[in-house]
Amino acid sequence: MSHPKDHPSKDDADVVLTSRARLARNLSGMPFVHLASETQLHAIIDKAKQGLAAAEETEQTNWIDLEETDALHRRLLYERHLISRPHADANGPRGVAVAQDAMLSIMVNEEDHVRMHALGTGLTPRNCFDRIKKLDEAMQASAEWAFHPRWGFQSACPTNVGTAVRFSAMLHLPGLRLTGELDKVRQAAKDLHLAVRGYYGEGSESSGNFYQVSNQITLGCSEDELLDRFRETIVPGIIEYERAARRMLLKQSATQLEDRVHRDLAVLQSARRVKVDEAMRRLSMIRLGCCTGLLDGPPLDLVNGLFQQVQTGHLQQLTNRTLTPEEAQIARADLLRARLSNA
Amino acid sequence: MKCDRCNRPAVVHQLVIKDGNKHEMHLCEAHAAEAGIPNPGKHPVNELMSSLTTQVKSAGMPTCKGCGCTLTDIRKSSRFGCPQCYDAFGQATEALVRSAQGGSSQHVGRAPLGQAPENQSQYESQRLVQELDRAVRAEQYERAAEIKSKLADLADQRPSKKEDTK
Ligand SMILES: [Zn+2]
Ligand SMILES: [Zn+2]
Repeated sequence: MSHPKDHPSKDDADVVLTSRARLARNLSGMPFVHLASETQLHAIIDKAKQGLAAAEETEQTNWIDLEETDALHRRLLYERHLISRPHADANGPRGVAVAQDAMLSIMVNEEDHVRMHALGTGLTPRNCFDRIKKLDEAMQASAEWAFHPRWGFQSACPTNVGTAVRFSAMLHLPGLRLTGELDKVRQAAKDLHLAVRGYYGEGSESSGNFYQVSNQITLGCSEDELLDRFRETIVPGIIEYERAARRMLLKQSATQLEDRVHRDLAVLQSARRVKVDEAMRRLSMIRLGCCTGLLDGPPLDLVNGLFQQVQTGHLQQLTNRTLTPEEAQIARADLLRARLSNA
Repeated sequence: MKCDRCNRPAVVHQLVIKDGNKHEMHLCEAHAAEAGIPNPGKHPVNELMSSLTTQVKSAGMPTCKGCGCTLTDIRKSSRFGCPQCYDAFGQATEALVRSAQGGSSQHVGRAPLGQAPENQSQYESQRLVQELDRAVRAEQYERAAEIKSKLADLADQRPSKKEDTK
């Protein structure tokens, strides 16, 4: 069987922001994380680091000990989608290894001993999966994964067994939101065993009309079958549905939509205080304006980057200090004005 | 209340003053022992009582040798304690995984490097037989024919070591 590469094309950029692939792995002969003692958690970290050292030729990563990392930096890692919220907020021995390009991270002692994630721009789950697959193989020179011939790769949670792989795509769905079709998509997703989450994964509210769609079933279907269905059928289906909604909006209420995206841009170009929700909401409309040709600028890449840059952790890093909510609103408005002023 | 360091029930509760800040500490038996804190519940009488109840509890109650979890623990938390739990709780494992996985109960796909791929094709054919059964019952005869031909292919490939899990 041949495995074509993804061709990251600009064609999907109107709807797809990023793609991800994840593998969950646990070391054999150890209790799962929730039952491991402190000593065992340290032993898991040591083994994971040995595995990463063995894989150095495949992926060079930097280890970050999260027990030793302050809340500000943990938040930043979380905002960049390198660690999960629970991993940022947890206590106890745990860490994350991050590749130099910050598009690959390996969480240790999150829900599983080891969780590898690769991130890509556009609809590129295949490239993401290739990357973690190679890492997974390289780590096995040193690490022995818990595996059962019937149940596959073993995990504490039965939702993660089998291939233990999850593919996800971050989709921008303002059209479906505005036309009220989103519930239909949610229902269809449920029937197809897909999870739909917000911008920051499990439990997060959808912010800026971003929805992270991923497969829920990990057992009984090979990685390639899962990937093919996700890459060739599921995501393209949602993309088409969103595009149809946008076309309908343009046909039926072009003036209202044009008015709205210009207003949203004007507000962010001149506001002095902006809350994060407001920024996400207005940026979402600006993004829609860019993709539908209602706005001539700003460039799409700039807008895509802003969704992350307006998060409080990023603003704190930019200003190099802890910000009160009020200060964060001011810093956010300053950033938005600077970035969008000559758009 | 759960232990601060794991999900077992906390048995030791202490108020700790560290760097001038008060904070509460809740630990399970194992973690309390690790931290060198005597367990107040470990009075001889309590110990006798708890050993009696454990005996009652563990009589006829399947327990995992790998992590000490009982069937009740697994059912309550819907989580396994360690890899050995999967075999220790046969039926419960089956029920738990099936309900989480839309009815699937057989892994198909990659295995760790060096693990016999023959096993994989063997399981693949098991899975196909299950699927065939379902297709026939649902009167999807075209689908059934498709699966039958896949099964035949698989039988042909068996002797020659194929399967590149890539
Ligand atoms: Zn504990
Ligand atoms: Zn166990």
